[in-house]
Amino acid sequence: VCTSRFWFNYRHVANTLSVYRSVKRLGIPDSHIVLMLADDMACNPRNPKPATVFSHKNMELNVYGDDVEVDYRSYEVTVENFLRVLTGRIPPSTPRSKRLLSDDRSNILIYMTGHGGNGFLKFQDSEEITNVELADAFEQMWQKRRYNELLFIIDTCQGASMYERFYSPNIMALASSQVGEDSLSHQPDLGIGVHLMDRYTFYVLEFLEEIHPASQTNMNDLFQVCPKSLCVSTPGHRTDLFQRDPQNVLITDFFGSVRKVEITTETISLDRDLAAVESKFPKDELATEPLKYAEQLPVAQIIHQKPKQKDWHPPGGFILGLWALIIMVFFKTYGIKHMKHVF
Amino acid sequence: RGMAAAALLLLLLVAGPGPRRAGAGRERRDALREELLLSPLPTGDVAATFQFRTRWDADLQQGAVSHYRLFPKALGRLVAALGVRELHLALTQGFWRTRFWGQPPLQAPAGAELWVWFQPTVTDVDKAWKELSNILSGIFCASLNFIDSTNTVTPTASFKPLGLANGTDHHLLRYAVLPREVVCTENLTPWKKLLPCGSKAGLAVLLKAERLFHSSYHSQAVHIRPVCRDASCLAVSWELRQTLTVVFDVFSSGQGKKDWSLFKMFSRTLTDACPLASQSKVYVDISPKNKEKELLEVTPPPTSVHEAVVQGDKKTYAVYDLLSPSLFNTSRSLNVQLKWKRPQDSSEMPIPVLHAQRYVGGYGLQTGEICTLIYNTHPYRAFPVILLETVPWYLRLYVHTLTIITKGKENKPSYIHYQPAQDRRRPHLLEMLIQLPANSVTKITIQFERALLKWTEYPPDPNHGFYVGSSVLSALVPSVIAMKDVDMEQSPLFTSLFPSSDGSSYFVRLYTEPLLVNLPTPDFSMPYNVICLTCTVVAVCYGSFYNLLTRTFHVEEPSRGGLAKRLANVIRKFRGVPPL
Repeated sequence: VCTSRFWFNYRHVANTLSVYRSVKRLGIPDSHIVLMLADDMACNPRNPKPATVFSHKNMELNVYGDDVEVDYRSYEVTVENFLRVLTGRIPPSTPRSKRLLSDDRSNILIYMTGHGGNGFLKFQDSEEITNVELADAFEQMWQKRRYNELLFIIDTCQGASMYERFYSPNIMALASSQVGEDSLSHQPDLGIGVHLMDRYTFYVLEFLEEIHPASQTNMNDLFQVCPKSLCVSTPGHRTDLFQRDPQNVLITDFFGSVRKVEITTETISLDRDLAAVESKFPKDELATEPLKYAEQLPVAQIIHQKPKQKDWHPPGGFILGLWALIIMVFFKTYGIKHMKHVF
Repeated sequence: RGMAAAALLLLLLVAGPGPRRAGAGRERRDALREELLLSPLPTGDVAATFQFRTRWDADLQQGAVSHYRLFPKALGRLVAALGVRELHLALTQGFWRTRFWGQPPLQAPAGAELWVWFQPTVTDVDKAWKELSNILSGIFCASLNFIDSTNTVTPTASFKPLGLANGTDHHLLRYAVLPREVVCTENLTPWKKLLPCGSKAGLAVLLKAERLFHSSYHSQAVHIRPVCRDASCLAVSWELRQTLTVVFDVFSSGQGKKDWSLFKMFSRTLTDACPLASQSKVYVDISPKNKEKELLEVTPPPTSVHEAVVQGDKKTYAVYDLLSPSLFNTSRSLNVQLKWKRPQDSSEMPIPVLHAQRYVGGYGLQTGEICTLIYNTHPYRAFPVILLETVPWYLRLYVHTLTIITKGKENKPSYIHYQPAQDRRRPHLLEMLIQLPANSVTKITIQFERALLKWTEYPPDPNHGFYVGSSVLSALVPSVIAMKDVDMEQSPLFTSLFPSSDGSSYFVRLYTEPLLVNLPTPDFSMPYNVICLTCTVVAVCYGSFYNLLTRTFHVEEPSRGGLAKRLANVIRKFRGVPPL
């Protein structure tokens, strides 16, 4: 999730896209990724190289690529939508690519970046999400059995405050800085004119570039990424809610999708007679008269168009009251016996 | 008799294996045609229009169709489930400058535009419309779920169906435009995935995002409509057209020279045709201007030359047929290049017959005026045009200030339909049929007042401004040369999008610029300031009163003091000095 808007927050979009890219590279398909970008940097009019987002200066690595699927764009990235995605309480006509379709055997990785403070994360310069709301959302997910294990990574200023309030089991959290510290950005690119990445995510990306789907690197190595000498802030982590030992947790458990494949030796013969499938088309009904195309600008028909019939609405309260008053006055004046004739 | 029996046996033998052999040579019910049209524009830019057309001879509405081959399943299921008769979705970045570039083959307004005709069997059109926009937002990764009643209108005269239609009850039509929508690679990728060959073979290999978005105008669209299956038109086929129009600024990328080539524009060349396509052609517009031949040169030499009457004018095209074996004889890849033999004079720029512009007038943040100028540059023919304007509810239009002035005199429209807005529920809809006299400028002005929104209704960047969608001009423009009725299957795709009724005029749909207006923006830190100030004042007042009412004063015994003090007092008593 990238929560920042405006061109000078280019680095937050680059952060999110580099994690997205690593995760796709390690095997998670787009149907299992919900990507939320609060602003469009690639096709921004200020971008000197459109349709690209770079993470290294001198434009070495384009993390935007050619095959990117952004599920929530610009104004759709709000606290409400984020919480709805997490808890699964979405309006019924939301397409599948915008839903988090997880069950109690899914491992979920959540990565958030943007501007934050002590206990909150700022969404699009207009609203915030607090650590209490986030912890409650995770508790809802736990009670609805929406995750097996959850890894939460946050790269903002004072990021460690966001995971202080978690109380649901099986959550591991990493943050780029402690309470009272700022996360700093890595390097500017003079051609593009903004800072390209944040330090913590830059070193996490370098670490992830070395992971391949079969690697046995575990979480303890991820905790060592970006020490204070490189990052200037102190990254923090929290594992007390997690049931397994971080030593035994593989990076690919969260960042990659490694499937167990069994090879079988039995042969299955396919149906040879596939012609039967296509010939099952129902007979097309032929019209009796030739069909025709509509006239694009029938001037005569338009000029003589009847005005649309106004839908009849029953009279509202005021009109009913007015008429009731008039009728009561009439019958009061002329005598009550006239009312008998009405009823 | 023996010979008759032998003949009968032979016949049976031949007819016997028929059903099994039908699997090998069965007729295909769907066909794909792909086409690229490269036209140099008068200003020196180059417009490239890709069209991919899949025609499927099946009726999606009746019968459960389960086997999808070339027609994408996502769109087929959508059409069948929601009762859609026609669907047109366009995502555009940039603006087509009709005045300088000429009439566009197919224009779309900036942002996202969606207009849909539903089948008469659909009972709740609004519910189907909402579901459709949500599903399309998931397929195309665009924020089409923001389409709701505040930006949807039902036009009464424009946007007649482009496909086969039984009747035109405009209650079944919905039109919405989102001018703020951004188009980027994430919209292009699912569009490319709908093509049967993807972006791996055929003309779609040229579609690389880094070059396509570095352009003055980029528009990608999806059109689904029912068409005639053959000339007799007794059966219905479904047609899916995917079009992509790009305008490249060759001057800035070509170091000042106007020569272009496929490699310079797309950084790719064509290597083969899509194996699933029945036709794959590249057309280059080499129409001579001012009857001067030999103005430009196209290499490699085309396979054929095609002449057609397009948009009322005679045009010549150099055709490269990717399916003909002779094309790739000399080299493995096809790189069409065009060189200008003589520099073009800028005075030769032709002016299109119909073009328009729109702008906001006025000053300040309270009132304003929308002005539309429509130009008819035909020397002697007048023609009517339908103007459709959709204005959001927060710009309150004053219809009594609507004025239409042509050549200094008032021009009364023959048909006018105005639907006022309802706050937060419906936008303004203004549709007018205006007769444009020959060689004239028509100015349409209407004044509006800006509303103050509630503070939660402002977007996160309110100082950017609010967009007003483009207005739509639909016109039947008289053509210079009469067009013959051509068969849709034989003619190139770019001539057969709009069905033509007679050859004397052609239908064109133009869009004006979108407008950007600033609404009065409040200071969003004020709620915080007000809370702090109010709480301080209440605390001070209430606190003071509470203290005054409930505070009482007691006399307090002085404390006996600590141990040290008591010892000191004892010593003082012995000394005879007063205690501490």
